[in-house]
Amino acid sequence: MELISPVDIAKQMVMAVQDYSQLAARSLSNVFRRPRYVADTLVQMDQVGVGSLPIVVLTGFFTGAVLALQGSNTLDRFGSLSLIGQLVSISMVRELGPVLTSLMVAGRNSSGMASELGSMKVTEQIDAMRALGTDPSKKLVTPRVLSTVTMLFFLTMISDLVGLSGGAMVSTLMLGLNSNQYWSKAWQSLVWQDVTMGLTKPIIFGFILSTIGCYYGLSTKGGTQGVGKATTQAVVAASVLILVVDFFWTRLLMTMIGS
Amino acid sequence: MSLTSAIPGNLAAEDTQHLAIVFEDVALAFDDIVVLDGVSFELKRGETKAIFGIAGAGKTMILKLALGLIKPDRGHIWVLGHDVTEMREEDLFELRRKIGMVFQESALFDSMTVRDNVAFRLIEEGDVPGDELDKRVREVLRFVELERTIDMLPSELSGGMRRRVSIARAIITQPEVILYDSPTGGLDPITSTTIVQLIVKQRDVYKTSSLLVTHRLQDAFTMATSYFDTKTNEMKPIQPGSNIDVKTSFLILRDGKIILDGEAADLTATKDEYIKEYIA
Repeated sequence: MELISPVDIAKQMVMAVQDYSQLAARSLSNVFRRPRYVADTLVQMDQVGVGSLPIVVLTGFFTGAVLALQGSNTLDRFGSLSLIGQLVSISMVRELGPVLTSLMVAGRNSSGMASELGSMKVTEQIDAMRALGTDPSKKLVTPRVLSTVTMLFFLTMISDLVGLSGGAMVSTLMLGLNSNQYWSKAWQSLVWQDVTMGLTKPIIFGFILSTIGCYYGLSTKGGTQGVGKATTQAVVAASVLILVVDFFWTRLLMTMIGS
Repeated sequence: MSLTSAIPGNLAAEDTQHLAIVFEDVALAFDDIVVLDGVSFELKRGETKAIFGIAGAGKTMILKLALGLIKPDRGHIWVLGHDVTEMREEDLFELRRKIGMVFQESALFDSMTVRDNVAFRLIEEGDVPGDELDKRVREVLRFVELERTIDMLPSELSGGMRRRVSIARAIITQPEVILYDSPTGGLDPITSTTIVQLIVKQRDVYKTSSLLVTHRLQDAFTMATSYFDTKTNEMKPIQPGSNIDVKTSFLILRDGKIILDGEAADLTATKDEYIKEYIA
């Protein structure tokens, strides 16, 4: 096996960050340039939004349910079981709703984008598109980014709501709490800082997971094996980046708008 | 005939206006592997130039460089009077609309039907009404004799049919220049002849300038010694003594350099041992 010098590895990493940044910036600036691919964006919205709905609903529901189940143990020790609605709503809206929804959509769609664009790259379809006078970043990347950002925003809202319902089901059916008490606690405990934090995250995470998927797809090399590698790398990179950015964004918002 | 580099250096943009493509001292390398080393040639408007060389000689790279899909390490490339080496990607899209490219493996969009593949450029330009678009797609598919495949997907077509659809996609807007990358590679002799006939038809009927990368010397000789008869709608050999000028030339690459740039007569009269062996 040929050894690569650390300098070359560092250069490759800097180049990769530069290429990714350029692609991400172009995907945004294309929104203000013609032509705009409205039909392609709607198709992607269907694939990302409607296609991801079942897994997002299932994930959200069982996350809310297990939160209520786990939280009840601790809260019961302090005689505060009635606060379970507050625990579930704040955890879901601020953190678990956006993060878990983004991770699920990353697993489903970053991989899908990387494999689709990667296959197009290795079969020269991307070059053919450029040769035919069409900018792949406008036709392929921007519609995917726009649709993912938009749909992840709504998917997160659905996930939050379904998660709260999961928590409600466990609270009423298994813990014997009053349903009205659960929902009123859940509703009253939420303040605008929670909602701001919870609904800005899917916008950022949607941008990350779609641009990462497109970046790995468009930089695929080496045939079908390369497509497989790009797909795996896209999911891993998007998931890790979502969790890292989540920490820093949470910290930043806590400083800016208070906790 | 000119052996190796024949273009004087420091061409001005206006010097290239009357030419379809000009390469001036172009060099390209990937890591330590030199692909092209000081390549210079010109393609006149209406001319077809066949490019030969062994596998890995950089033939396909010449086409990709001409389209601006990759940038050279050194030198300049003018296409229809524009220096593509100096242009930004965004500006190149406009120029590429005047150039057609037939890829080696066809590179059809596999999730689109033949109709959508062929109409891709017209759909992107967006100012062609639906019925006009359909008419033009059928017309160009008739040109390549594949009208019946209009609603099929590329995966349902044979290799030769895909190549012909790729030609249809390249010529639908009647580009000023067409770049063919091994259009007959890996095909049976009958299908190859059909494709050569299409290229000759495009050359003689529409006077399109083209660069043709090929491994098959006999295809290029057929092109250099035949013309398209519009009356009978078929390719015919040029009779001795005829004054028909088919404007077809040959270019041979070796070790990243041009070792021959001339006409069929120059090729057959060469004293170069490598070329003699190549054409034997």
